[in-house]
Amino acid sequence: MHDAHHAEPTGFLSRVVFSRDHKVIAKQFLLLGLLFLGLGGVLALLIRWQLAFPGKPVPIVGQYLFSATAGAISPEGYTMLFTMHGTIMIFFAITPMLIGAFGNLCIPLMIGARDMAFPFLNMLSFWVAAASGVVLAGSFFVEGGAAMAGWTAYPPLSGATATPGLGQTLWAVSLFLGGVSTLMGAINYVTTILMLRAPGMGFFRMPLSVWGLGLAAVLNILFVPVIAAALLMLILDRVANTGFFVSGAQPGSAGDPLLFQHLFWIFGHPEVYILILPAWGIVSDLLAVFSRKPAFGFKATAIAMSSIVVLSTVVYGHHMYTVGLSPGLGKAFMSLTMLISIPSSVLFLNWLGTIWRGSIRLEPAMLFALGVVFVFGMGGLTGLFLGAITTDIYLHDTAFVVGHFHYTMAASVLFGSLAAIYFWFPKMFGRMLCPELARLHFWFTFLPLNLVFFPMLIEGYGGMPRRLYEPTSYKYLVQFQPVNQLITFAAMVLGLAQLIFVWNVARSLWAGERAPANPWEATTLEWLTPSPPPHENFDVIPDVHRGPHEHSRPDVPDRDWIGQWESQAPETPLTPPAPPSDSEAVAV
Amino acid sequence: MQAEATIDSLPVPHAHSEPSAGKVGMWIFLVTDALSFGGLLIGYASLRSWSPTWPVPSSVLDIPLTALNTFVLICSSVSMVLAVSAAETGDRKSVIRWLGATVAGGLCFLSIQAYEYHHLISGGLSLSSSLFGATFFTLTGFHGAHVASGVLYLSTLLCGVLAGKFVGHGDSHIEIAGLFWHFVDLIWILIFTFVYLV
Repeated sequence: MHDAHHAEPTGFLSRVVFSRDHKVIAKQFLLLGLLFLGLGGVLALLIRWQLAFPGKPVPIVGQYLFSATAGAISPEGYTMLFTMHGTIMIFFAITPMLIGAFGNLCIPLMIGARDMAFPFLNMLSFWVAAASGVVLAGSFFVEGGAAMAGWTAYPPLSGATATPGLGQTLWAVSLFLGGVSTLMGAINYVTTILMLRAPGMGFFRMPLSVWGLGLAAVLNILFVPVIAAALLMLILDRVANTGFFVSGAQPGSAGDPLLFQHLFWIFGHPEVYILILPAWGIVSDLLAVFSRKPAFGFKATAIAMSSIVVLSTVVYGHHMYTVGLSPGLGKAFMSLTMLISIPSSVLFLNWLGTIWRGSIRLEPAMLFALGVVFVFGMGGLTGLFLGAITTDIYLHDTAFVVGHFHYTMAASVLFGSLAAIYFWFPKMFGRMLCPELARLHFWFTFLPLNLVFFPMLIEGYGGMPRRLYEPTSYKYLVQFQPVNQLITFAAMVLGLAQLIFVWNVARSLWAGERAPANPWEATTLEWLTPSPPPHENFDVIPDVHRGPHEHSRPDVPDRDWIGQWESQAPETPLTPPAPPSDSEAVAV
Repeated sequence: MQAEATIDSLPVPHAHSEPSAGKVGMWIFLVTDALSFGGLLIGYASLRSWSPTWPVPSSVLDIPLTALNTFVLICSSVSMVLAVSAAETGDRKSVIRWLGATVAGGLCFLSIQAYEYHHLISGGLSLSSSLFGATFFTLTGFHGAHVASGVLYLSTLLCGVLAGKFVGHGDSHIEIAGLFWHFVDLIWILIFTFVYLV
């Protein structure tokens, strides 16, 4: 630990590549996440092609990707596609974007620190993540192709007998490395939040984004090591024939495939919250900023998020209702799962309370934040059916599950990330994005996205299994073929719409309008410092005088916000008090 | 110009009662690391309890030898404590002596473990011979990797001390390394109990 000022590095390598500056590392993570988001999106479109037009050659790219089968997707290829799509999206797209990029950007800036507590570890965290991404992307090119056991990699499917290729081993190695990177980040985040808050920045003055990111880091610290242990055992099973998860690997041995499922979901369920907590926090802050109101029930939101963290550690069994879990245990897991709906409802109520009668500014970031409120509502409500044993047994492993978790993960977390990008892009890069293009991007994302995931709920209710290669091979599923094609067309529109975003970002980086320090008239500390912030963020570490969402205070004249760093309302020219009659009557 | 400004938000890492960021970070890392051992131990417990055949550990493993090894590791923890307190009082000579003793203890532990592995492997026990072998080598190997990293970590500090760093009131480098070393020791007690004795 060095507590002295560091001179700004000058070389290209130390400034751009091996930078220890949290803002640069944030950009690196953002780039990594967006690249993998693109790759994962392409894989999704290939999956959708097979479901809409089973066995037909994929247009344009098929002849290059699937030359052995004349452009059509083989069953093995399809299995690989959905395995890698899930893995990439969860661990290499939304994790780097939300936690890597915005964790790094927001935490030091929002709590008034000069950098993370351990800048070197922070740099290492990114480069290990990059290495893990290279291993995963490289696994496409080894003999036998990439992993094929589903993103959950249940043994014996992920064992050496079922998937003998190197790809599955590289998958496990890559996830192990990703876990190491995540842990380095999480240790850094929690230490930074505990130790480096500016004077006056009590826990209940921290913005909710920091709450969400910090709580996600706590969950990472507790549960990533468990999946790391499971992955270590899986790797040993594959390369040293240890037989932890495969029964009868040695004569008389009783390796246990269910053990992997337990270890996987002990981590896997908190992982869902690891991803959604930062999104919740960011949305809570953004709704307040763009409704020009304090966040409704600020403390209740923070406490609800914390209690979800606690509850999320004891509900993992709801992923395993159909594996032959003892019914008593299943009921316990069901009751605990249902308890989560209480703090979730608190969050939801508080969001609605925040926007209720606010002076809403429909900036692009706000549109995406409102989008999260809607799609997370959909994800949460459909989750109830999967948390209850009786309905889950019917819906398990159907497209309903796919629709549900895409509403929570793909839709909520992705919208949260996009809201964050639109909100903090001016701070990160010092340039404004074009709001018209951004609104176009929102509507061409929001509408097709619902057309993609809502019909999946219906198909699943109709009994369509997930991970199905050839839907028309079952007579009762033929009727869903038009629906499958509708989803695929909507997915194509959704994919193409992202080009608007890419164009907007490229145009802005090249020729965007320069961003002022505080373009959104927000109140948290990152808006005090110039855009982009200088090396070490602040000239002088600010004193924090108030909570994070002080909008529309009646005692602050002339403007509807007062920054956390302002001890009192700024001096304003004498203005005659507004006539008290008409405007209020309108408001009531 | 920059040297004049200070970071008033940073706690001054002077007294041992006041946690520095480094110490907090190490504690958090230890929580994480404990849970990674936790994952392996859950696996071990579950596999062993469902297994129809599990040898009595003492019939396969050399308990007296490993008891001696456990004693060596505990002694190295004692020398670590002495190194930490010497570092606090600024007694450089003692720091070098006790840190050196700790590194030697770690190396001795690893050597005895290597001898034990050699003996067991030539007796037919391996990662793939049985679940007993798989869990044994995974758990003790993962722990051994921790001891090896600890030896490297402490050796690096020892080089620093020889170069005139890390000693004196207010420097918590050695204390933080001590946390890690005691943790590795504590985990060994658990592994020795569950894998060798029970």
